[in-house]
Amino acid sequence: MRRSLELSITGTWRNAVQIARVVGTVVSTQKNRKLEGAKLLLVQPLTLQDEPRGVALLAIDSVGAGVGEKVLVVIEGKAAGQALGRKAAAVDAAIIGIVDSVDYQLEGE
Amino acid sequence: MQLARVLGEVVATMKDANLTGSTLLVVQPIAADGSDAGRTLVAMDSVGAGVGEHVFFVRGREAAFPFYPAEPPTDATIVGIVDHWDLA
Repeated sequence: MRRSLELSITGTWRNAVQIARVVGTVVSTQKNRKLEGAKLLLVQPLTLQDEPRGVALLAIDSVGAGVGEKVLVVIEGKAAGQALGRKAAAVDAAIIGIVDSVDYQLEGE
Repeated sequence: MQLARVLGEVVATMKDANLTGSTLLVVQPIAADGSDAGRTLVAMDSVGAGVGEHVFFVRGREAAFPFYPAEPPTDATIVGIVDHWDLA
C-alpha cells in the first residue's frame, strides 16, 4: 500500500539508493540557508537496462558528479543531510557516488 | 527534492497552531522538460515564493527543518526558488 502510494507521487521508489543519470544543473539564488553553497543537480532514475524510470529529481552533489554521468543517489533525508555534512538540512536526496560499472545477472540466465 | 511550479495560495484560518503565520502554496511537480508530473500538492513556503515561479521542494520529515526550532506538521516545504535549469 505504502509502495503504491509513493509510486503514485514520484513514479519511483523512495527511501532507497538508486542508480540515476545526471541530466542537468539547477541554479537557485534564493534558497534555504542550509543549502547555500550546495551544488544542485537534476538526476533521472534509471532501470538496470538504463531506461529512464519515473520523474527526474533534484539532488545535492557531494562527490563532484557531472552532467551525463551515472551516479548513486540516496533518497532519504538523514543520509542526504550527512552527505551534505550539515545537521538538520532540508534535503531529501543526495548523490553519494559515481558509478563506474554495474555487473548483474538476471535469475535464470 | 523535486522541481515544481507554484499554482496558487491556500487560505486556511483554522489550522494547527504550529502553522500560524505560515504560507501554504499549491504546487504542481514538474519533470525536467517542464511538463506536469503527478498530482498537485500543498507545500509550506520557507523562501518567499510566489505564484507562477519555479521552485523546488523537499518531502518528508526534512520538510520541517527550515522552521527549526519550530516543528510545523508539514511533509512538503519549498526550500528554493529556481532561477533556471539547464539540461544536457
